[in-house]
Amino acid sequence: MPAKTKEFGADSALPASDDALGVAVSVRGLRHSYGELSTIERLDLDVPAHGVLGLVGPSGCGKSTLLELIAGLREPTGGEVALGEGLDPAARLARCAFMPQRDLLLPWLSAIDNAALALRNRGVRRGAARREAGQLFERFGLAGFERSSPAELSGGMRQRVAFLRTLVAGKPVLALDEPFASLDAITRAEMQEWLAGALDADPRTVVLVTHDVEEALYLCDRVAVLSARPARIVEEMSAPAPRAADRDEAVTDPEFVALRERALHALRGGTR
Amino acid sequence: MRRWVLPALLIAGLVGAWQIAATTGAIADALNLDPLLIPSPAEIATALWDSRSLVAENAWVTLKEIFFGFLIGLAAGLAFGFLLRPFETLRLTFYPLIVASQAIPIIVFAPILVVWFGYGIGPKLAVVALVCFFPIAVATADGLRAVDLQAVKMMRTLDASRRQLLWRLEMPTALPFTFSGAKIGVTFAPIAAVFGEWVGSDSGLGHLILQDNAQLNTARVFAAALVLSAIAIGLYGLVALAERRVVTWR
Repeated sequence: MPAKTKEFGADSALPASDDALGVAVSVRGLRHSYGELSTIERLDLDVPAHGVLGLVGPSGCGKSTLLELIAGLREPTGGEVALGEGLDPAARLARCAFMPQRDLLLPWLSAIDNAALALRNRGVRRGAARREAGQLFERFGLAGFERSSPAELSGGMRQRVAFLRTLVAGKPVLALDEPFASLDAITRAEMQEWLAGALDADPRTVVLVTHDVEEALYLCDRVAVLSARPARIVEEMSAPAPRAADRDEAVTDPEFVALRERALHALRGGTR
Repeated sequence: MRRWVLPALLIAGLVGAWQIAATTGAIADALNLDPLLIPSPAEIATALWDSRSLVAENAWVTLKEIFFGFLIGLAAGLAFGFLLRPFETLRLTFYPLIVASQAIPIIVFAPILVVWFGYGIGPKLAVVALVCFFPIAVATADGLRAVDLQAVKMMRTLDASRRQLLWRLEMPTALPFTFSGAKIGVTFAPIAAVFGEWVGSDSGLGHLILQDNAQLNTARVFAAALVLSAIAIGLYGLVALAERRVVTWR
């Protein structure tokens, strides 16, 4: 293997310093506003290393803003966000990969080149970047689609490639913004199972924003229910652990159903 | 099949009708003109064949004016679009000037260019470049502004530098726009070149047309116009072909 690729070699999915131990996310007294409009007010959150936190809340409550704050794409009006040791936006950007709502695959690149974008941005040669991303294609059921253009892929496949692109970035923290919102119910259920498997195989610290309570409870260790703007946490609960491999079984479990009702109640009731 | 055969049939039909109308004197009668002034397609073809080396010589001059003028306009348009992209203030400062460059009527501008630069290729290149520059510059600038902001955020978390953002995201986004601008530019370029020649030149298809027109050599005027159209169609085809080869994702 050429010297250049070694830095980001086969096991580089995790960068050297933050390695397999993962990085915790800590949010303290976070405030954010767009001018007069307050979107987030005194928010505290903790996600342990390799923990998966779900954020559920009404539309427009500032969930996406919160994710961008965590990812280092925005600066808070007050309070602080820390990813491990990383406090300032550049340090957060270095530790967090962001998966937007739409897959945003670049239509001029093949599936594998889309997945390998982060490696290419870091200066890895095309061949080496493809090889590395290709290993993940095999592991995550995308083998054979490396050369396909995004337009040739189904919605679920595109979302998988988009997730691999996030994974290949090798950041210890993943910020996922409603990753499956645009998919139909059946594909979404499949993708949730797939993501659960992917996170088991390659654990990361995840903050997942969704409007789907069931998705949050199935995929996450903990779920926080946010109020309408300005966002505050109105309810926080542990999801049933460990994640059952079979999604249908998991979501019909009485304990799961009870938690879902609790979360939905909190979502509807807002404060109390 | 339908794409080629039907247009070909239509053109053949029109040329045939023109041939009959011209040889029977129907057009001349209708316009109340001397039949000598209305060349038939056969006469135009003959004129083209008889003066082939003269037409080719002048066509070569005009082709060079169009081609290099277009390239200069393309380079300037791309430069404007891309170089001013990172500097919003610069872009806003220059934008009115760019629009103004197009508002200056070339009909006023071209004679001054001849006064300044003489009868050579310079003024023609300037006129052609000026005409091509505007659609390309505006299309490229608009294309760069069409970049998806979410995609920019995504690229930033994937460690893209400013330059990588430009090459991997912004430029491919703008490319189809640039090509649209280039297709508009290349369509106007032959007209601009001919106009540049009319204002002052000693060769070129426009020069030939002007001379023949004065001598009532209408058959060769049509012949020169025919060659000019062929050049225009050919260049448009080249740009369209380049677009198909480069913008494969549309």
